[in-house]
Amino acid sequence: MEDVLIERVRQAIADGTRLRIQGGGGKAFYGRRCDGEALDLSAHRGVIAYEPSELVITARAGTPLAEIEALLADNGQMLPFEPPHFSARSTLGGMVAAGLSGPRRPWGGSARDAVLGVKLLNGRGEVLRLGGQVMKNVAGYDLSRLMVGALGTLGVLLEVSLKVLPRPAEEITLDFALDAEAAATRLVEWGRRPLPLSATLVHAGRLHVRLSGSTQGVRAARQALGGEPGDDAIWRAAREQTLAFFQDPRPLWRVSLPPAAPALSLPGEQLSEWGGAQRWLVSDLAADTLRRRVAALGGHATLFRNHDGAGAIFPPLAPTLLALHRRVKQALDPHGLFNPGRLYEGL
Amino acid sequence: MTPAFLADLRAALPASALLIEAEALRPYECDGLSAYRQVPLAVCLPETLEQAQAVLRACRAHRVPVVARGAGTGLSGGALPLADGVILSLARFNRILEVDPDNRVARVQPGVRNLAISEAAAPYGLYYAPDPSSQIACSIGGNVAENSGGVHCLKYGLTVHNLLALKVLTLDGELLELGDCARPGALDAPGYDLLALMTGSEGLLGIVVEVAVRLLVRPERAQVVLAAFDSVEAAGAAVAAVIGAGILPAGLEMMDNLSIRAAEDFVHAGYPVDAAAILLCELDGANAEVSEQIMAVREVLVEAGASAVRTAEDEARRMKFWAGRKGAFPAVGRISPDYYCMDGTIPRSQLAFVLKRIAELSTQYRLRVANVFHAGDGNLHPLILFDANREGELQRAEDFGTDILKLCVEVGGTVTGEHGIGVEKLDASCSQFTPAELAQFHAIKAAFDPDGLLNPGKAVPTLHRCAELGRMRVHGGELPFPELPRF
Repeated sequence: MEDVLIERVRQAIADGTRLRIQGGGGKAFYGRRCDGEALDLSAHRGVIAYEPSELVITARAGTPLAEIEALLADNGQMLPFEPPHFSARSTLGGMVAAGLSGPRRPWGGSARDAVLGVKLLNGRGEVLRLGGQVMKNVAGYDLSRLMVGALGTLGVLLEVSLKVLPRPAEEITLDFALDAEAAATRLVEWGRRPLPLSATLVHAGRLHVRLSGSTQGVRAARQALGGEPGDDAIWRAAREQTLAFFQDPRPLWRVSLPPAAPALSLPGEQLSEWGGAQRWLVSDLAADTLRRRVAALGGHATLFRNHDGAGAIFPPLAPTLLALHRRVKQALDPHGLFNPGRLYEGL
Repeated sequence: MTPAFLADLRAALPASALLIEAEALRPYECDGLSAYRQVPLAVCLPETLEQAQAVLRACRAHRVPVVARGAGTGLSGGALPLADGVILSLARFNRILEVDPDNRVARVQPGVRNLAISEAAAPYGLYYAPDPSSQIACSIGGNVAENSGGVHCLKYGLTVHNLLALKVLTLDGELLELGDCARPGALDAPGYDLLALMTGSEGLLGIVVEVAVRLLVRPERAQVVLAAFDSVEAAGAAVAAVIGAGILPAGLEMMDNLSIRAAEDFVHAGYPVDAAAILLCELDGANAEVSEQIMAVREVLVEAGASAVRTAEDEARRMKFWAGRKGAFPAVGRISPDYYCMDGTIPRSQLAFVLKRIAELSTQYRLRVANVFHAGDGNLHPLILFDANREGELQRAEDFGTDILKLCVEVGGTVTGEHGIGVEKLDASCSQFTPAELAQFHAIKAAFDPDGLLNPGKAVPTLHRCAELGRMRVHGGELPFPELPRF
């Protein structure tokens, strides 16, 4: 299969074809529309190495994310960043390329944090091993983490090695009846205490929190915090965006902010996660107006769903930074083969 | 140095920020890897962004190489000067700009010492997690350049996992903002993850001029367990058993018999000197959590065949247990005229095999080796003991070291876990990368620095320069910074 992919890339170089890298298609809505011949990775699948005591898993990029998570769960482990799937067919490669993380992100790290190494097919048709399968590795530039969130514009991911973690012994959900402002104040205060928080969600007059850790540690924190027992299902529903909030047909914005930043005070509906660091906004507001407000608070906004796949889906980059992005793209994909324009115009 | 270049530097900097006299340059001739020395053309000590930009523009205009330098404590020669280059010292960029306890962020200049960040955050119950052993002296800018680790990486990550934003100068003197620099705290900045790429790039891609780091809430309690084993294999298996039991220790360190005896003689840590190996396992968190995990870890260690398991009964004993581990390098320096420190990482499952091979190589090269390592991460620091005054021993030690690093790569690991390639491991890294991979690294370098003037010749070997052997050579137990702990 790898040989076939290499041959496709070499052929594309020869005849000037553009390639649209495709996994399970679960995140086709995410990012800008791009043209090109489909390069399907879903058949390039299978776990290559997994030794639970190493806390590392290596698999081919087309391996379904669900298969990887099931294997980890069988061994009492998990992907610490709790990635969204958005489809039963979502793949490991697509997950890394999108670089999205779920409810545990501020406490368990990001998708990028968990990547230890990749095997990459670059735009010259060369197969490169970048990073490795060990926790600590500072040899060479960190190109494996550069692939996370690059939306396939820098090369074809063939294999990925991820750091995994033990599942916490105990996990509970607590609910509190609090409006958004009171919940935000509470979260800032809790954020400065040694509590085993692993997820938060503020919406519709409720604050939901998840505690994860040892049995005794979670019990002690539960006593300290109070609240009522909540439903664990909310975390999956938030991650997969199956909550009613996410069904609104208006544009859905993902707003990233310092966690203690004040309320957005923008028209539309909001749902806040990550201790305040990720806020979802459903709004018809003009992109420029929205982004000005968000930037003033120290954050950035991505048009996540319900868009036309054109224009500035991702936060515009400063001119010097965009120029550097172009040179980095050129260094890895000199012929501009992969996912042209998926992330930014001209990349 | 040409008069025109000197004139440009003089225009860029106040007189007190430009060193050109031989005696003033001498202290900059090496970093923590003192086996390599080179006096630079000049040392620039800018105090402002504008001055740093002006220095870079002058260097670019005159095509003079620039080597950035923080505290100069690096162990791989990353800050080694070039004969025809200037040192750009960030030592005077030494202010803590902001500690924001509600967002758990510190914004600092690159010359700020690693430990100073935790000290500034302490009144808020916060700290900065990465703790390289040189943390009382090393600078955060240097930590970014090297992606520094420490003893708590398994649970808290490396430098790259604890950064939120960077301000970086390119060779053109242009300022890049990676992440939200004005009010840091937002996660996952848009675009390519250039912050990750910059981290660990050893000064070859840009000059870090401001760093925003993530602060963590200080755990309520930390506790350490010491376990003794009759064989290194059993200790290695116990490491896997602890991780396999779903426990994530804050630190998990291993020492072999030679290290144990050297450390015990040196600091009287209370180690069992007849054990073949010991493990130190630190657990941190809430009170109740630590108590529960201590019980679990003790059980796993006994089950794994530990001949003795002791929990530090109080903070003084905990510090004593760590003092032995942290004093292992100087302790080995007391029993050998010279030693050579390696820094490979391997998959933990290969531990017993690699230690057995190192023992065989030790016999083959007729040199003793003391093994100390961050077992939780699989990061080995074998210390090869030799005497440079004996004919051929230095060469044998270097060959032995190269064989160890090759072995690390062969079993799926890397030639450097946390010290960097610098100049030291240029040769060793040839065994880790293919020509296509090296060419890709050079293409990335060119994307940031088309003129190739930022720390040229370090970190990534050219395709035809794979001949040199690496070393951290220590003579008479004297490290370049004898007051700094090294582990």
